[in-house]
Order: sequence, then structure tokens, then C-alpha cells
Amino acid sequence: MSGATEPHELDCLGQRCPLPVIALARRLPQVAVGEVIRVLADDPAAALDIPAWCRLRGQEFVGSPAEYAFDVRRSS
Amino acid sequence: MSEQARRSAYFDAATASPLHPAAREALIASLADGWADPSRLYTQARRARGLLDAARGATAEVLGVRPAELTFTASGTAAAHLAVLGGLAGRRRTGRVFVHSAIEHSAVLHAGDDHVSAGGQAVSVPVDRLGRLDEDTWRAAVAADGVALAALIAASHEVGTLQPVTQAAEVCAAHGVPLLVDAAVIAGRTPLPTGWSMLTASARKWGGPPGVGLLAVRTGTRFDPPQSAHWSQPERAAGHGPGAPDLPAIVASAAALRAVWAEAEAEAARQRKLVDRIREQVAATVTDVEVVGDPVDRVPHLVTFSCLYVDGESLLRELDRHGYAVSSGSSCTSSTLEPSHVLVAMGALSHGNVRISLHREVTEEQVDRFLAELPGIVARLREEAGVTGL
Repeated sequence: MSGATEPHELDCLGQRCPLPVIALARRLPQVAVGEVIRVLADDPAAALDIPAWCRLRGQEFVGSPAEYAFDVRRSS
Repeated sequence: MSEQARRSAYFDAATASPLHPAAREALIASLADGWADPSRLYTQARRARGLLDAARGATAEVLGVRPAELTFTASGTAAAHLAVLGGLAGRRRTGRVFVHSAIEHSAVLHAGDDHVSAGGQAVSVPVDRLGRLDEDTWRAAVAADGVALAALIAASHEVGTLQPVTQAAEVCAAHGVPLLVDAAVIAGRTPLPTGWSMLTASARKWGGPPGVGLLAVRTGTRFDPPQSAHWSQPERAAGHGPGAPDLPAIVASAAALRAVWAEAEAEAARQRKLVDRIREQVAATVTDVEVVGDPVDRVPHLVTFSCLYVDGESLLRELDRHGYAVSSGSSCTSSTLEPSHVLVAMGALSHGNVRISLHREVTEEQVDRFLAELPGIVARLREEAGVTGL
């Protein structure tokens, strides 16, 4: 398990939309509130759909620390 | 509803509207004389020229421009290229900056790319979450040095939020920058905005045949089209692009425009109600859906929404199987596999995206049937993908 500063990683590289968002929706309830999941996704739609999913679901989109990486914090 | 009516629930007018009966009639009638070249000097040519002049006059009247300001092109895309490149070249001594909204039609953006490849600059002005232009950024961008041309679409054909064209045009006028307005979504449906220097449209959006675009260039606008070396003065004066014009299609386009314009106000009101119903019903009956665009300040006939966890291509195919023709901005439905740049600019959910655009033949019954079937179709797709309850 990763520590407080180390995000959980969710490897969705090579997956086409909407699979990365589906994987994120499945995984997020498994981490504690306040923890961060780093989604790795190279589908061009991921950069748009992951923040949009967070908005629709009331979760926090932390940002994109690198290309193809998207951090999401479970806020509820 | 009859099986035939169900099969013909065509909801993609923003791509192409079914040929208007007036267009069909005019198309057939004009085949007799429309084959001749209108630029020659014999009798047959004069008849052809008569058709062209009449079509130009009728089109100009509906659009509120002078016939001499109007050119028929081979498509809306060709009109957009001509407008962008001709408008930029006409002001090359003033500057080389092309200011445009982030949600222009790809034809405008591609012409902008050509301009950048040739050493010019392009500045993209963002939109907000509802898809409306950021007016402050527009003001600053247009006021900057070296702006040759600005372009603002009247409303995006993907989302339908009306753009503040009048305000944008005032900013352009204050800085002496010509404004290009892509009016393809609204031409023949709602009154055109004012204050523009160039305007483009596409006949197949209003029920004309494919293969006819329109470019209006206001008198006094500096315009130096890229094909000018191959576009003869007589052709330009006659109001058509380089080469022989498709006269029957042009005549049919003008006939359709006149016919749709005569009923435009009533149709807009009818379609606005249907779109209101779609917006309300989809949000109420489909779970995890995002209806995008401005709910009020929008074109009357178009609505876009995205369904969470559903892939756009499967949704389109399934709707087609049920007899509904719709369009999508999802990446899996585009040739480039990129999500729609309009949805990107708005930060809207891009997968499971559906665009519905109505026309005069769409009935209330078709819309209600669609609204009754959609929740089940989306639910089934989610079930098949194993994404229910997420």
C-alpha cells in the first residue's frame, strides 16, 4: 500500500475512452477519503473526461503532474 | 407511429437537412437550362446566367446583403477557407495575426493552420463552461497589434450556444479589424447578426442540396483570395467560385432558402419547444447524463448531451438500429480519434456524446418516441459493458 504522499496508481495506458473513466469509478471507492489515485491514460479523451467525471461526481481533480497522468482525490 | 416514420427519424440537420421540396422542384426545373456555362455569350449561356442572377438576388435578399457582395462556392468549407485566407491576405500589410474563438468550425481552424504554416500567427480565444466566448479575452486579443482578421462562429454546430456576435463586432469595429462570422448553423433559421465584414454559410444545412456554400463579403472589406490567380474577374463578378458553377444546385439552394425563411419563425418556435423537451426529459430520465450548452441562449434546433460510461460509437450504432440518425462529438466517432475541440474547449464530458439537430420534417411524435426509448438503450449499453451502479 502506498503512504499518504504516494498516490495509488491506476494503469489505463492503451485503453480507449470511456474505459479509463470506468476504471477510475470502480477504483475510487476502494481508497480512503482524502487519498489520491493517479490515473495513467493516453487516450486523447482522458484529459477531458477525467476532470469532467470529477465534476459530475463531486470528486477533486488535483491536476495532471505529467503527460498521460491525472491525479484524482477522493473527497466523498 | 408507422414503421416508415420510425425508420426516418433523422436528427442530424446540423450536418445536412433533407432536401426541401422547393429545392427538389427547382433542381429538376433548372436542369433544362442550368447545364450551360453562364459566362458565354450565346442564348443558352444567357439563360444560365439568368438563373444564376435570380438565385443570387433571392439569396441576397433573404440574407440582407447586396447581390454583388455574395459568392456561391463549392461548399461551406470552401467558403470558410476562402474567407479566412482571403481576409488575412487582404490585410497582410496591417498584420499577420488571426484571432478566432476556440470553437470555430474545423474549416476555419484548418485555414488558420495554413496561415500559421505560412509564417502567420493565430490566437485562440476560450469559451466558458456553457460554450460562450470569453469577451474580455476577445477584447484584449482584437486590440493587440497586428490583427488582420477575427472570426467568431454565430453558434457552434456541435453545441448551439449563441455567441455574442454583436458585442464582438463592436470590439472589432473599434479597432478596425474585419470580423468573419460563420453563420452555417443559423442561416435560414434565425435572423443574422449585424456588424460583420464577411459571412459564410452552407446550403445543405437549410435544405438545399450539398455542394453549395455561400460567402458574403461586405463592400469595402479588404479581400485577397488565395486562388485569385485562377479565379477570373468575370467569375468573381458573376458571383461564383473558380470554375463552372453547379447552377441547378445553386438555384435549388436559393429556392430552399426562400421557402425555409418564409416559415422560419414558426419553425424555430416549434423546434425550440421540442429541444426544451429533450433537454428536460434527457436530464430527468437518463441517469448520469450531462446536457451541455446554454439552456436558454442557444439556437432553436440543436441539443447535445453526454452519457457517462457509454462509448459514443456504440450509442450511435444502437440508436441507428432503432431508427434514429444522430451525430456525436466523441473521439471514437471521429476520424482523428480526438474528442471534439468544442467539447474540449468547454471542458464537457466527451464520451457517450450525442448531438440532436432538428429540421422541418421532424415530428413531435418522433421526438417523444426517441425520448421514450433512449433511457432503455443507454441502460442496456451500460449493462452490457458492466458499468451499472458505478
